[in-house]
Amino acid sequence: MAHDKIWVLAEHAAAGPTSTTLELLTEARQLGGTVEAVAWGPDTASVAAALGEYGATTVYDVGDIGAALPGAPVSGAIAALVQSGNRPDILLVPASYDGRDVAGRLSVKLDRPLLTNVTDLVDGDSVSSQHPLFGGTMIVTARFSGEGPQIFVIRAKSFAAEPAGGGPANVVSAPAPEVGATNGAVVKDRHAEERSGPKLDEASIVVSGGRGLGAAEHYALIEELAKLLGGAAGASRAIVDAGWVPYSYQVGQTGKTVKPTVYLACGISGATQHMVGMKGSKHIIAINKDQDAPIFSIADLGIVGDVHKVLPALIEALKSRS
Amino acid sequence: MNIVVCVKQIPDPAAPPSLRPDTQTLDRSGKLILDDSDSYGVEMALQLAGGEGDEVTLVSMAPNAETSGLRTALAMGAAKAILISDDALAGSDALGTAKVLAAAIRRVSPDLVIAATESTDGYTGTVPVQVAELLGLPSITFAKSVAIEGSTVKVERQTEAGYDEVESPLPALVTVTAGVVEPRYPSFKGIMAAKSKPVDVLAVSDLGLDASEVGAVGARQAITDVSAAESRGSGEIVVDEGDGAQRVVAFLEELKVI
Repeated sequence: MAHDKIWVLAEHAAAGPTSTTLELLTEARQLGGTVEAVAWGPDTASVAAALGEYGATTVYDVGDIGAALPGAPVSGAIAALVQSGNRPDILLVPASYDGRDVAGRLSVKLDRPLLTNVTDLVDGDSVSSQHPLFGGTMIVTARFSGEGPQIFVIRAKSFAAEPAGGGPANVVSAPAPEVGATNGAVVKDRHAEERSGPKLDEASIVVSGGRGLGAAEHYALIEELAKLLGGAAGASRAIVDAGWVPYSYQVGQTGKTVKPTVYLACGISGATQHMVGMKGSKHIIAINKDQDAPIFSIADLGIVGDVHKVLPALIEALKSRS
Repeated sequence: MNIVVCVKQIPDPAAPPSLRPDTQTLDRSGKLILDDSDSYGVEMALQLAGGEGDEVTLVSMAPNAETSGLRTALAMGAAKAILISDDALAGSDALGTAKVLAAAIRRVSPDLVIAATESTDGYTGTVPVQVAELLGLPSITFAKSVAIEGSTVKVERQTEAGYDEVESPLPALVTVTAGVVEPRYPSFKGIMAAKSKPVDVLAVSDLGLDASEVGAVGARQAITDVSAAESRGSGEIVVDEGDGAQRVVAFLEELKVI
């Protein structure tokens, strides 16, 4: 199956396209053919230069969707393009909150299946996707059959973003059609959880805490250690669900994907959900009192011990160095 | 208030997972339990449907007629269940699954549909939104809190940076994260009552769906290979004898990050 036209669902904020968007544009160039983007927002033209620099020749502009969640209107706009005869062979979608919503609705509108949770693409006569299974210990390779756009939903940091030096993408208006009741969900207010230090998904050192910390107040050890190392503090889903730390700290399947130089897992057993979000770290240090914890199977250095003893000693040792 | 909760019965995550050698899909032939992720949706629904005449209906799909996971949710307090069970469903992809669930939900005409953000065993995380689109409903995914005011559902939705306050008119579909509420444990009375609660077992043909749209036949994607991931190689695992912190410091020094 030839793949000459590749589209990328391009998410952007005020600061420009998201990093996953740039990663997907870079990968789209590797797959060859024409690379185009679909974007939405009040000022899509402002990202035409950045999208072009990473290889998009055209950006289809859905325009301002107001306070609506993107799922319904953006999938509607893409479906309208496809139905007008302008259709991609492949659509790459970031596995973000809104990306998954758009892909799910588009799947139904086009009556095409999705391949989700993709961490790599393999080029060939047709494109295959790779998916981690069982906490990343197994890799499943899959591909589509049948006619119609092939929609891959791809995890953050699956590819490295590299600019191609192209000129600004040509902005083509592609407004959303009327999508009726499905467009009913509106954002009334937004809340950002401020945090100091480097961003979790960009930090070169990440220190994460889990249930083994025993109580919410012990998370302060994680934050102190992260600060001493100039890194970011993260968390397992277990303690986010327990309300110890905000969701934005979560590393894992439904949280952030991180690939730091050093990942320090403290009191984290290593559930599948967590491992897929940090397995790509260059070096992994684990501290856990259960020597059978799965996290030790991927650790470069594992300390079988009590985080309540090891962490304070580690903090003291680091303080005495500075 | 009529609420449907989509639930999934999965192999016990505590048991080692395996793939079927013939199809390379997850082996779901053994005993199935209620996906832990779904217990939050069931609890949320029970809390929202506390009024007179309110009712919670479970909708689930399974390749065999397994009901033990559904009984758990019925014991928590759901009134009844619809189980779509048909040999033709084996090997369904997410879109095929969504078509089956949507057709079953349509029979109930709910005010609100609740699902987990993703299952613990497959975690494609797209089925609920596909169901919403098939039913023509608005959807709000990744809810960390859900409230109903009149004919509006109000949700705090997780975002990259924090959360958004999102509202939608009913009927609507909401996916909830683990932690949205603390699921209750079924009481003894609840467990006894669950045994006599109705579980309506339907086949694909009962839903007016074409068997060619579902199951392995309807799936337009195929697994071509399953292999072991490149191993990270086992590192050095040491028992802390009071020197654990020093070992970490030495490791960080070696990496020149401190």
